[in-house]
Amino acid sequence: MVKQLDKASVRERIARRAEKEIESGYYVNLGIGMPTMVANYIQEGKQVVLQSENGLLGIGKSPLKTEVDPDLINAGKETVTAQIGASYFSNAESFAMIRGEHLNLAILGGMEVSETGDLANWMIPGKMIKGMGGAMDIVHGAKKIVVIMDHVNKHNEPKILKKCSLPLTGKQVVNRIITDRAVIDVEEDGLMLVEVAEGWTAEEIIASTEAELRISEHLQPGAY
Amino acid sequence: MQMKTIYTSFEDAVKNIQDGSTIMVGGFGLVGIPENLILALVDSGVKHLTVISNNCGVDDWGLGLLLKNKQIDKMIGSYVGENKKFERQVLAGELEVELTPQGTLAERIRAGGAGIPAFYTPAGVGTPVAENGEVRVFDRKEYLLQTALKADFSLIRAAVGDDAGNLVYNKTARNFNPMMAAAGKITIAEVEQLVETGSIDPDHVHTPGIYVQGMIEGKQEKRIERLTLRQEM
Repeated sequence: MVKQLDKASVRERIARRAEKEIESGYYVNLGIGMPTMVANYIQEGKQVVLQSENGLLGIGKSPLKTEVDPDLINAGKETVTAQIGASYFSNAESFAMIRGEHLNLAILGGMEVSETGDLANWMIPGKMIKGMGGAMDIVHGAKKIVVIMDHVNKHNEPKILKKCSLPLTGKQVVNRIITDRAVIDVEEDGLMLVEVAEGWTAEEIIASTEAELRISEHLQPGAY
Repeated sequence: MQMKTIYTSFEDAVKNIQDGSTIMVGGFGLVGIPENLILALVDSGVKHLTVISNNCGVDDWGLGLLLKNKQIDKMIGSYVGENKKFERQVLAGELEVELTPQGTLAERIRAGGAGIPAFYTPAGVGTPVAENGEVRVFDRKEYLLQTALKADFSLIRAAVGDDAGNLVYNKTARNFNPMMAAAGKITIAEVEQLVETGSIDPDHVHTPGIYVQGMIEGKQEKRIERLTLRQEM
């Protein structure tokens, strides 16, 4: 039954698991799309400062209708508020902060990840190129880069590959992959399966992953 | 105190911009764009522009209006996905596009205004951005050489400006505006409010007046691209 999760539940499962990567005291950049959803699940009591690359440190909740300021948006161009203690700055300062590795964590979406931690998430050849935005900078910025995505594509083909087939966003940049089925770490000598989601077995994860997976001694089955 | 040219019409503010000019235009999405200066450029009919801006507006607002009018020959930016006309013009060969990672774009503009001709950044190594690029290793990590950007004119937006050209921005409307102010040979600032020199605390100035040549006060629509609200509990 678990395998029949609808799309929204799959996204929620991934987002909830990704939230566990965030520790109290962290400065975090969340990518556009599913990663932005992770903010909805941050546990009460965790002190977290979210960075938006368009020049805001300390993203608050979405505004009430009466609080909307058209000059205050996140990198996804959505209206936001600023939390108490927030600061504003230019894009140059923002990316200096990012490239300077001052952020603890970035959570990004992915189309493909390779066994060496290469990430492809910005273009599909033959389709209109929209642009990479800040993704190519951010993958070199945070101390830890977590990619969240579906384990397989809509044709049921693996997205975790020996080598990415799509043009890269960054080479050897990913530290951890979180999917609807598993958590996989990128280590020096390859990929390590560390957690398996409820409803899946390690064998099924291996079968739906093109890259070679080693199984951690501390593998957690039914972890989330 | 050096007084700046204060324009009273947007038409006058952009009249020196000629065909073939390279212009920087501030803003992130539609936030912090010099709305009225862009409208004046559309009316001026100036053509063959090279435009440096993070985005290219939307179909019916911001830089999208210049695009619609086919006034842009080349666009340098990081994300152009909000604009459908873009695709048609690129495919038709009417528009040249140079996509640059956003942090690299910000730093190339900063460098342009700061007298730094080029710099190395990790962004883009191993990606299509690095094709034909110069990669160099520092401390066992690869970096890509990127060159500075400058412009004939920078059109920017600020919340408050004084007669001396000092500018203050509001919230995330700051974005690319301060770096562009410095990287333009001629920088024209569209301000929401023009105040008497001396009324901005020097400690609160975001862009010092030295970077600004002309100013004009105007009223903006401030269109919202993605209104996202939370419900009242």
